[in-house]
Amino acid sequence: MRVPRLRPRAARAALILGVLSLLASACAAPPLVTGNPQSTLDPQGPNAQLIHDLLVPYIFIPAVLVFLVVEGILIYAVFKYRGKQGDALPVQFHGNTPLEITWTIIPAIILIVILFFTFRTQAALATPPESPNAVNVRVIGHQWWWEFQYPDLGVSTANELHIPTGVPILVSLESADVIHSFWVPLIAGKQDAIPGRVNRMWMQANEAGTYSAQCAEFCGVQHALMRFLVVAESQSAFNTWAQNERGVPFAGAGSAQPTAVAGSQQSLVQQGAQLFQAGACITCHTVRGTPANGVVGPELTHFGSRKSIAANTFPKDEQGNNLKRWLRNPQAVKPGNLMPNLNLSEQDINAIAAYLESLR
Amino acid sequence: MVATSPLAPAAPAAPVVLPAPVIHEDAHAIEQRWYGWEWLATVDHKKIGIMYLLTGFAFFLLGGFEALLLRTQLIRPLNTFLQPDIFNQMFTMHATTMIFLAIMPINVGLGNYIVPLMVGAADMAYPRLNAFSYWLFLFGGIFLNLSFISGGAPNTGWFGYAPLTEPGLGGNSGVDYWNLGLQLLGVASIAGAVNFIVTILKLRAPGLTFNRLPLFGWMTLITSFLVIFSFPSITVALILLMFDRQFGTHFYLPSGGGDPLLWQHLFWFFGHPEVYILILPAMGIVSEVLPVFSRKPIFGYSFIAYSGVAIGFLSFTVWAHHMFATGLGDFANGAFATGSFLIGVPTGVKIFNWIGTMWGGSLRFKTAMLFAVGFIAMFIIGGISGVSLASPPVDFQQTDTYYVVAHIHYVLFGGAIMGIFSGMYYWWPKMFGRFLDEGLGRVHFWLTMVGFNLAFFPMHWLGTEGMPRRIYTYFPDMGWNFWNMASSVGAYILGISVMVLVGNMIYSYSRPRDEMADNPWDAATLEWATTSPPPAHNFDAVPVVYSRYPLWEDRHPVEGGQPAVIATAAPHTSIDERSHPADTQVAVGEGETNAHLATDATDHGEHDAGHAFHLPAPTIFPMILAFGLLLIAFALLFSPPILKVTFLITGVIYFVVAIYGWVKQISE
Repeated sequence: MRVPRLRPRAARAALILGVLSLLASACAAPPLVTGNPQSTLDPQGPNAQLIHDLLVPYIFIPAVLVFLVVEGILIYAVFKYRGKQGDALPVQFHGNTPLEITWTIIPAIILIVILFFTFRTQAALATPPESPNAVNVRVIGHQWWWEFQYPDLGVSTANELHIPTGVPILVSLESADVIHSFWVPLIAGKQDAIPGRVNRMWMQANEAGTYSAQCAEFCGVQHALMRFLVVAESQSAFNTWAQNERGVPFAGAGSAQPTAVAGSQQSLVQQGAQLFQAGACITCHTVRGTPANGVVGPELTHFGSRKSIAANTFPKDEQGNNLKRWLRNPQAVKPGNLMPNLNLSEQDINAIAAYLESLR
Repeated sequence: MVATSPLAPAAPAAPVVLPAPVIHEDAHAIEQRWYGWEWLATVDHKKIGIMYLLTGFAFFLLGGFEALLLRTQLIRPLNTFLQPDIFNQMFTMHATTMIFLAIMPINVGLGNYIVPLMVGAADMAYPRLNAFSYWLFLFGGIFLNLSFISGGAPNTGWFGYAPLTEPGLGGNSGVDYWNLGLQLLGVASIAGAVNFIVTILKLRAPGLTFNRLPLFGWMTLITSFLVIFSFPSITVALILLMFDRQFGTHFYLPSGGGDPLLWQHLFWFFGHPEVYILILPAMGIVSEVLPVFSRKPIFGYSFIAYSGVAIGFLSFTVWAHHMFATGLGDFANGAFATGSFLIGVPTGVKIFNWIGTMWGGSLRFKTAMLFAVGFIAMFIIGGISGVSLASPPVDFQQTDTYYVVAHIHYVLFGGAIMGIFSGMYYWWPKMFGRFLDEGLGRVHFWLTMVGFNLAFFPMHWLGTEGMPRRIYTYFPDMGWNFWNMASSVGAYILGISVMVLVGNMIYSYSRPRDEMADNPWDAATLEWATTSPPPAHNFDAVPVVYSRYPLWEDRHPVEGGQPAVIATAAPHTSIDERSHPADTQVAVGEGETNAHLATDATDHGEHDAGHAFHLPAPTIFPMILAFGLLLIAFALLFSPPILKVTFLITGVIYFVVAIYGWVKQISE
């Protein structure tokens, strides 16, 4: 069978078209460089984007060039001027003032240019984008969890920060104990939460998604596991979430407690409610609409609708095993955290877990 | 008789007028003892230098072991090798040990040994104070490490941010050991700095103007000024913290009207000059090694010297670049960014001048030179990562991540430590009369380069990918697994490389000592104009200097046609009896030359020509004084009043006895 041969002109055209389309697709949407959940190379919001746009063209690329040139000259000198035993003494020159001035001035100029772009980015970062829909969030760092309040919306929650996409989020940062740092790498640079002062920053998520975030200032034994999640969603989904957060679970049923309904699962929930409210839990945790109003640990009013446990120490799993693992022995999972091991029986653990998951 | 220098030119360019080196056979016959009264009571800068080096190196091994523990924990996600609090203690002690107990003392040790020789002096300006500094360093280091067996090592980081260090917020009792230990070390450092400054300002040999001072001397001088001006800041910070922890004040507690940022300002006002204290001596070492092994003078001597001065000044203007994310505001951030960028300029100038020194030279790659070139290569990388950190917006992503860990290790290990290694290989023959083995040295160097870069280069990436620092574990789905493992493997290779160095040191010292040339590297500066090792009094006669490279004046004819001589019949030095009677110097009268010198133990300065420099006899009082301060630190550490009072009274007694004995010796 004869294999048809491409005519040379057609082949060339195909090649050119192929390359162009590749380039076009690269320019079309910024590719995810690494896809890692906390990568600073994948800006997903204008704050992180401004930083990225300063770093890559004005700092990283000049840095690579300087590295290649200077190391290159060094390595060249190492090879070119190798001596041998018995070599004559080399020419004993030891200075060149014009050269000195040149290599003082040129790096100074390069650095001043980078400084100029730095100031430009600082100015851009100083003011959030204008928007009537900006959301105010008050962040309070605790050892080792995050408290989030939305003063204008009457919402108070913990460890999972919901925000609407496409609008600036005006964040104020405080701490209840030691210095923490609020860092959502895909969306914004970090700022410290320092006791005794209020720091401010803004951030904005372009697209819906769940963004991984972590405390970035050493704050004690469980600094490593003081993470959190930022859930960006459409404005309507956010409004629904906020509405739900404002309320209390089971309120529609006429009370803020799970009511007894036939079926073993719900009575497990009721058992859990009773255990929770009779036990030590209420001294540290708040569940609005119940007697539980402790403030040492995160608020749990809508724990059931969150995706993770213990400041994203681990995500929730389908079977609920992670939550039970936590309840069984929080000290084994996050040693040194402020929740003691309550030595609960397996039955109690199942009940409390069911209750907590019912708090949607 | 004189071992041939491997670097000597094939044929001298002109008749050499240097006097034949004088080797005191008696001095060589007495093999050095490594124990005994002569070490406890010595005030000889060479012995003190060796003690600093050995003790500092031991702490370097300890700090390295702590690092290997850290990297073992981090080799894979959710590892359970170290419990969280132990991990936090380890990173606190790793940094504190490396900075205060390893790099600084080793720098001071090399400086102690070499600087007086380099300036042609018989000893440091204050030999007893010198001994005091060493003993206080040793005691401070022991005090700090006692915390391990008494409630746990400090767990709040080497930077000890308030309010984490305040009572009840997670800091353990080790924080008090850290606080008081650093204060003891601070006193030792300040005393040492004063000593170096006066030595370099006042004890230079005739003709040794500042324009001829070796660059290691320049850098030691600048470093000493940095110590004097920066340590008071951390001392104040630590004292205020001590008051907060022990006496219920609230300098750093907002609940009492205090401010956590006060700690950060006080700490970093010290902390930034501190990192230049760590690196400048190593830059000085490299500036000494490169000309010798390139066989031409340093390129741009004045520029290197003055850029060191510029770095010294500028280092006090950049401290808040450690605080960009604390909310100081754009104006403050911008101002500190400007200074931080500017400080890159003199640093670059040095790098270019070092390359200029190599350029057109005849490079001899002895191990000292390998490490000097390695220093330049690694420091370039560390300097470049510093530039991105100096930009506040970029810093908002990079600070408190592994990117910073990469930066600091490129400048502190790739820079300071490799510079120190270079100095060790270079000055080892001078100090011990033996070479470190070159074959093992090459193995050491290449293992270091591989291990170091594998351990730390990936950290740039880990930080960029969002890995914060000071975390005892991480999750498997963050994308950090592979490079953490690679980094840990690199750390192990680095550990092996250090073992090779230790083996080299032991091997070198186990070989019998043959006659070592005064100047085996064909170097140019004054420490090479005396025996290897030098006699107790350093120089038989005070050298007179006519240029920057006194021993190269055969190839650098001095202007005015003056003959190149090292030692003339110059004012003698006389000393009281030192530890080795056979080393006691004889007075050199006018007109005598070196050839007539003999060691005569009976002469004690009878030929006083009016310029006698009396060196003090060995004395135990500096150590007693240091010990007294240690006891006072224990008094401040313990809470039960009975312990406080006991230690305080005992400490004060030691203190008073020591001062009395010390002063009495001066007036004798």
